[in-house]
Amino acid sequence: MNKADRFRKETLGRSLVTLAGLFIILLTLTIGAFLVYRGSATFFVDKHNIFEFLFSSDWEPAQQGSGGKVGAAIFLVGSIFISGLALLIALPFSIAAAVFMTEISPNFGNMLLQPAIEIFVGIPSVVYGWVGLTVLVPWIAKVFSLAYGYSVLAGAIVLAVMIFPTITSVSADAIRSVPSEYREAAYGLGSTRWQMIYKVILPTAAPGILTGVVLGLARAFGEALAVSMVIGKMQAFPTSVLSPTTNLTAEITADMGNTTTGSEWNNAIWSMALLLFIISFLFILLIRLIGKVGNKTK
Amino acid sequence: MKKFLAVILAAILAVGCFQGCSRNPSDSTASSSVNISGSSALQPLVKAVADKFRGSNTNTSITVNAGGSGTGLQNVFDKTVDIGASDIFAQEKFSADKANALVDHIVCVVGVAAVVNQQTNIENVTKQELIGIFTGKITNWKEIGGSDQKIVLINRPKSSGTRALFKAYALDGQEEAEGHALTEDNSGTLKQNVAQTPGSIAYLAFPYLTDKTVTALSIDGVKASYENIYSGKYGIWGYEHLYTNGQPNGVVKSFLDYFSTSDCEQIIQEKGYGLSSKMTVKRSAPAASK
Repeated sequence: MNKADRFRKETLGRSLVTLAGLFIILLTLTIGAFLVYRGSATFFVDKHNIFEFLFSSDWEPAQQGSGGKVGAAIFLVGSIFISGLALLIALPFSIAAAVFMTEISPNFGNMLLQPAIEIFVGIPSVVYGWVGLTVLVPWIAKVFSLAYGYSVLAGAIVLAVMIFPTITSVSADAIRSVPSEYREAAYGLGSTRWQMIYKVILPTAAPGILTGVVLGLARAFGEALAVSMVIGKMQAFPTSVLSPTTNLTAEITADMGNTTTGSEWNNAIWSMALLLFIISFLFILLIRLIGKVGNKTK
Repeated sequence: MKKFLAVILAAILAVGCFQGCSRNPSDSTASSSVNISGSSALQPLVKAVADKFRGSNTNTSITVNAGGSGTGLQNVFDKTVDIGASDIFAQEKFSADKANALVDHIVCVVGVAAVVNQQTNIENVTKQELIGIFTGKITNWKEIGGSDQKIVLINRPKSSGTRALFKAYALDGQEEAEGHALTEDNSGTLKQNVAQTPGSIAYLAFPYLTDKTVTALSIDGVKASYENIYSGKYGIWGYEHLYTNGQPNGVVKSFLDYFSTSDCEQIIQEKGYGLSSKMTVKRSAPAASK
């Protein structure tokens, strides 16, 4: 191979791929650094305590300069409560759907369930929010005879529908990757199909399913639009699943356009964005950890 | 060696790309383009006027983005846009020295009405009743002659310009109840919320009162209309501002001047805003807020 030939056949392609990879790494680092820079202003410029930010519910930041209160506890609790409930709702359905489409009826699953789940992923979140607002919210009000249906429950149901496809497809992959020898061994010992599924397949696929759960949770935490349309955005801790509340993403979207750069309010919103970033980072770490533990047990 | 070469080449490609991507921001005074950002309440009007203006100035390009009053003010202060649209005086968001750099062009007025769900059977409230409702002292519509229904408050976020306006002129400066009120900032969604939630009350700018899905309340017997705003009888209104950084010139100036032509006054009224020229009462910028 001469030099020009070598460039065309080897170096060019490799360079392009390397460039794209480096660019993505750079982008992630830049976004992270920017969030840390903007988000830390609450603590270094406006001199707030991190404990005040995380554990106080006094939210009254100043529109100009500093001197307000930046307790974001209500938003944090709202996010955790809604995402947690969404997970509880979505998990049984997701695992059932994954088991059904891999073990019980793979043909039907691949033909109908898989495409249906893929369509779920493609629906824009504003559609979920709008349907939630016009159908789910009045329905909850009617069923529980409330004044209105804006509630943690409404947010959790909308989120559950949104994270269901993520958890299902990751779990289905995990179940598919269980070696077929395991199944044969289970049958060989005389177990029924259901015994094989819940005593052999599910425990073996558990780390993979857990990865799906964490991915779903991360998505739930970061989702803004759909949830904010149905939770009522009441600035108070939720007292039950039927009471309205607000969360981190809803507060960020509500205030970002109304505040000006450098004001304490704006800084506090950046801090909340940083908090979301850190939380999703922790989720990713958790996935890595689960993956490692899963590999060890195999 | 191969690896080394690949990285070097990648770096060269990257530099080349960034050079290609970056371009000099156009000089706003010389070019015939106008960039506007800010208030989402004002955006439909500015867009309609811009479309009309482009008809007679074919080589002018005007881009109108929403983003909120705070964003508009910040952008025009940073000179990233030519005009910042705002529902509130710059003094309410900025410190005095920052606000003084900006030149205010009032293009119209906008009224804000308290709106209720139709099942409340209320069409008129006194100002004291309105204050009682929004501060949480009155909790059932039957207390003021409506149906026996719990009052559901729907606020706007604390940072909202409309909320500041409503607080100042409808509630005489009293703080709205927090902690048991729902919040919604998007006017379209807010209207939907009021229409489908029995017993709910909120406030909407006049341009959103295009149909009868919600009831606009009269206050002390005064109907929420521009006639009453012009004559000074109905007090819940605010100016809509277009801010420039320093005195405008060139096409930006002619665009701003266009707002006071009769063509434009017609658009303003069609879109549900009020003419500032017809106002018999005036307001000035408040002292810097907290």
